[in-house]
Parts: sequence; C-alpha cells; structure tokens
Amino acid sequence: MKQFFEFVKKECFHIFRDRRTLIILFGMPVVLIVLFGFAITNEIRHARVAVLDYSQDALSHGLVNKITASTYFDLAENLRSEKDILPAFRKGDIRMVIVIPNGFSRDFIRERKASIQLLTDASDPNTATTLINYANAIIGRYQQEQTNLQHLPLTIHPEVRMVYNPMLKSVFLFVPGVMTLILMLVCAMMTSITITREKELGTMEILLVSPLRPMLIIAGKVVPYVLLSFFISIIILCLGSWIFGMPVKGSILLLLSACGLFCLTALSLGILISSLTNSQQTAMMVSMMGLLLPTILLSGFVYPIESMPVPLQIVSNILPAKWFIIILKDIMLKGSGLRQIALPMGILGGMTCFFLIVSLRKFKIRLS
Amino acid sequence: MEPIVVQNIYKQFGNVSALHDISFTVGPGELFGLIGPDGAGKSTLFRILATLLLADKGKAMVNGLDVVKDYRAIRRQVGYMPGKFSLYQDLTVEENLHFFATIFNTTVKENYDLIRDIYEQIAPFKNRPAGKLSGGMKQKLALCCALVHKPSVLFLDEPTTGVDPVSRKEFWDMLQRLKEKNIPILVSTPYMDEATLCDRVALMQNGAIMQIDTPPAIVAEFRTKIWAFKSDDMYRLIRDLRAHPEVKTCFAFGEFLHVTMTAGPEEVSGSLTAGGHTGLVIKPANAGIEDVFMALMQAQTQPV
Repeated sequence: MKQFFEFVKKECFHIFRDRRTLIILFGMPVVLIVLFGFAITNEIRHARVAVLDYSQDALSHGLVNKITASTYFDLAENLRSEKDILPAFRKGDIRMVIVIPNGFSRDFIRERKASIQLLTDASDPNTATTLINYANAIIGRYQQEQTNLQHLPLTIHPEVRMVYNPMLKSVFLFVPGVMTLILMLVCAMMTSITITREKELGTMEILLVSPLRPMLIIAGKVVPYVLLSFFISIIILCLGSWIFGMPVKGSILLLLSACGLFCLTALSLGILISSLTNSQQTAMMVSMMGLLLPTILLSGFVYPIESMPVPLQIVSNILPAKWFIIILKDIMLKGSGLRQIALPMGILGGMTCFFLIVSLRKFKIRLS
Repeated sequence: MEPIVVQNIYKQFGNVSALHDISFTVGPGELFGLIGPDGAGKSTLFRILATLLLADKGKAMVNGLDVVKDYRAIRRQVGYMPGKFSLYQDLTVEENLHFFATIFNTTVKENYDLIRDIYEQIAPFKNRPAGKLSGGMKQKLALCCALVHKPSVLFLDEPTTGVDPVSRKEFWDMLQRLKEKNIPILVSTPYMDEATLCDRVALMQNGAIMQIDTPPAIVAEFRTKIWAFKSDDMYRLIRDLRAHPEVKTCFAFGEFLHVTMTAGPEEVSGSLTAGGHTGLVIKPANAGIEDVFMALMQAQTQPV
C-alpha cells in the first residue's frame, strides 16, 4: 500500500510540475464552457429584418410592430419596392424580409384569408429555418389576438410548450456536451499520454524490473487523474449553473456518481490506448482522432443522432459519450432517477469493464 | 551457486541475429565486463537477464532462478540500470531515490551504507531536478537508484557512455568498492580502456562472444608483435600503412598507430621515408585489449 501511495505522489509531482498539463487540465474546461456558452450559440437574437409593406394599414403595422417588438427581430429598414429586396440581402446584414401585399387588412377581414411572404437568407440554413419558425409563431399569435377580438369561427389552436427547456436555451445542450468532451479529453488523452511517456522515457523499463505489479502501476498512474477529472466535472457543473443557470433537477448525488462512472470509462479507454501504442505522439493522435472527433460529431452533442444516416446511428451506440450525454440530460433537465437511467449507466459500466479487462490482458510484463 | 549463468542464448530480431550462442557465468563478487561496440548485442543480453526480453533459445539463470519462469522473484533481487538514462527528469534527486526505495519496499535510510559513497557526491544537488544534472551526476544517481534496495546482483548497461573522463574514473572506483561488498556486477562498455578494470571480460561483436578471459590473460595470449608508428602527417601515414603489402592491420591508438605486419619494421619504414614521411617514430608496443579486439574483429569479419 505504501508503494501505491508513493506512486500516486510521484504522479502528482508530474502533473503539478508540468505547466502545460496544468493549463490543459484547468484552463481548457473554463475556456470551452465560456466559448460554447457565450460565443458559439445557435440561438437567434436581434436578427435584422427588412419590411416591404404595400398595404400600410392598421393591421399590417400591427403585425410589423409585433414582430420587431420581440427580442428575436430588429427592424433594419423599410423597403419601397421588390427591386430593393435582393440588394438588401446582398448587403449581408439582413436575415429576413417580410413582404405584406396590398390590401392585407381587407383580405384578412373580408375574405378571412390574407397572405404575407417571408424571405430568408438560406445561405445559413439552420438560422433561416429558425427565423421562419420564430416569425410563424409570432404571426400565429398575432392572428389569434385579432381573431379573438372579432369572434371568428372555431379554429384548432395548438398550445405549444417546449418541455424541459422552455426557453430553448442552447446552453442546456452545450453544458452536457462540453462536459463529456472535457472528461474524455482529460481522462482518456491525459492517461494515455502519461503512460506512454513512461515507455518513451525508458522509465517503464525500470518499473517493470521492480516488484510492482502491472495492476499497481496502472492504478497508481490513473488515480490522480480520476480525482482531477472528478474535480473538473464539479467545476463545469458549477460554471454551468452559476453562469448559465443550468438546472439540476435530479439528484446531485446521482449526477456525481454518473460523472464518476464516465471518468472511469474514459480512463479505461485511455489505458487501453496506452497499452496499444508506444509513443506519446501516437497516443495523442489516436485519442484525438479516435475519441474527440466522434465525441463531437457522433455523440449527439452537436448534431442530433436521429438525423444521421442509419449506419452512423448504429456506430454512435458504441460511443460512451452518447450514453453519458443522455444520462446528463436526463438527470439535469428531466430530473430522472436511477431507474430511468439504468440502461445507459449499465452500458457505460459494461464498457468500462470491457476496456479494463482488454488493457490488463494487453499490458506487457516485458518489453516486446 | 554462480549468481549469473548464461547458457547458449540466441535472440533474433527479424532477420538480424542480435545474440548468437552466448554462454558465460559470473561468479560471486565478480566484476564481469561485456566489451563491444554499439550494436554488439550487449543491451539485448542485459534485457534478457533483467527478464525484460525473452530469448529465442537457451537458458539463463540469475541467483539460480530462471529468467523466464521466475521473473517475478528475479525482479525483486536485481538492480538494473538501463543504457538510456531512465529516471524521472522532473523529480529531484532526492525524490527519485526515495521513489525507487519505496517501490522496492525499503527506505533510503535502511540501505544508506551501501550508497553513501556515491550519494555523498550528488547530495549537494539533492533538490535539483534529475533532468538538470550533468551526465556523470545522472549516472551516479541512476546507480544509487539501482542500488538502493540492496540488490544481490547488479546489471549496469553502459553506465559510462556519454560521461566525461574524470567522472568515468570515479564511476569505476565506485564499482571497485561495490565489488568489495561482494555484489556480483555485470557491466557493459564500448570503451576498451575500461576492460582492464574488470575481473573478467567477454569481447562481443555482432551478437557473438569472441573471447572470455581475464584482461591480462587476453593480452598475454595475443602473440602477434605490435609496433607503434607515428609521423608528422598521421592521416597520410595511416593510408600508406594500410596500403602497404606487408602490413596486416593498422589502427589509430592514441597518438600512435598500432600496426601488425609480416615483415620487420625496417623494411616498412624504408618505404615510408621513401614515400616522403618525416618525423617518423617506430617502437615496439605492448598489446592492449583494443589490439586484441581489433584482431579478433578482423578475424571474425574476414574468415580465412
């Protein structure tokens, strides 16, 4: 046992004496969270719109006011004719043009059917779709206000409620995603690098010719990283809830134990990588290519899994990240208990055991 | 029981035969040297004995334990210092020593008398990171770390490579003192002059042992007369001598050339002065290990 603690102490010296490691460990989580939280967001705010109002009556003015009064849209300019539309888009800062045809009010009241045209700049398709959705919602509400006043015949009126994230805040998606990403990076990449470093520097040769058992060598190297990554996940959770108001509806204890489990999964992956590679560079490349990219692209963090082609959906199942993101969202946003997340937890646990067994089998008690 | 027994060891890396039928034994308290150039197979042999590599064929025993079957027991008993500096560069001298003492389940204090002589030399730098030590200091620290658990056999792979001459001499003095504590030591070196400091040496080349004996016996067995040559233009001298039909071998040796030849020195010197060499000095020389090694090497590479 004394040997083990000495080993852990030595590993801590390595971590705290290497400035680069420290920056990666503690700087990156904060930077990533802030970046994703503030800068990289797919929410729409203050999109600039232009209005071409041929009708110029009370109803059309009311509609334009209603739209531009929201925080989503700002009125940039009033256009005079159709010829102005394309130049307005070309200038680049106009995202949407609202065209209201002549006699809008008359059509609406007399014929009970009026049309308006929404033109969006679809060179950025996601934004365009979101804008149309927002505008439709506002127009719908406006229509409802008007019809309520005038007691028109029955209409089906959908009450839309966005459950778990009523404000559609993208932070709620990014905090679990970034957390997964960082834990993956810290645990898997750092462990694989630190173990291959011993091989590269030749110190593994001495460790092997010592009474230390392989289990002890690996555990001694990994334990400091388990503690560190657990600490880091707490930092991320605090940042998420203090700065971005990310809720934790479920039990914090359950959340932390899920984090602990995922740390173990990532660490066991790191150990596996290090037992298959011999240099720090290879280990880093493998973790980058094999872990980070799939985590970002395929785990449902950035792109929804449901909209992927079927083969990729199947591949996404073998990513621990996918299951962890599901667990995080369930606990934090839906307040799920252990019973609801038993399946993903079980899968993560199974993966961890599998990786550990394979890497212990692969650990070489000799040099070649 | 002999502490180290090596019997007919073979090791192949791909097509390269790294070790070819190696056999020798090291007795209790013996300082045994493996002498040979880079690539002779010395490090491979060390790794096999340190249980880090498996031999293709043959048997090796350390303290009567088989290097394959009883690798775990051997790892508790030996001290191994790899050829490449392999301590933690970001840990201080003291921390490194403490770490290696602890993982071998002992303390620095417990075996301090064994390392005292060596450690006292690096003690002034005990708070310096190991990576910032000079070459000689690094090797002394590595030796301390290999000794701190009081091994019953010591493997030192090229401990003096890349070390300045003064530190090299100090290092060998330490080995002599360790020998007095009755620890058998297997040491390798590419430096021929260090061979004479060993009790017995094995001359290795291309994965094979060419000769095993005590250094005086090896030299005594060498019957070919050796002549030392020197002139004002050494570069031309070495070329002319090697081209001379009567000269068998010619190698640079310090400020002289060591030459073996089939004719007497007068004939050769005659043709050299005729060739325009000035300041020519020719004298009989005592053969050293290096001369033997060169002759053996030539015999091995050019079989008659």
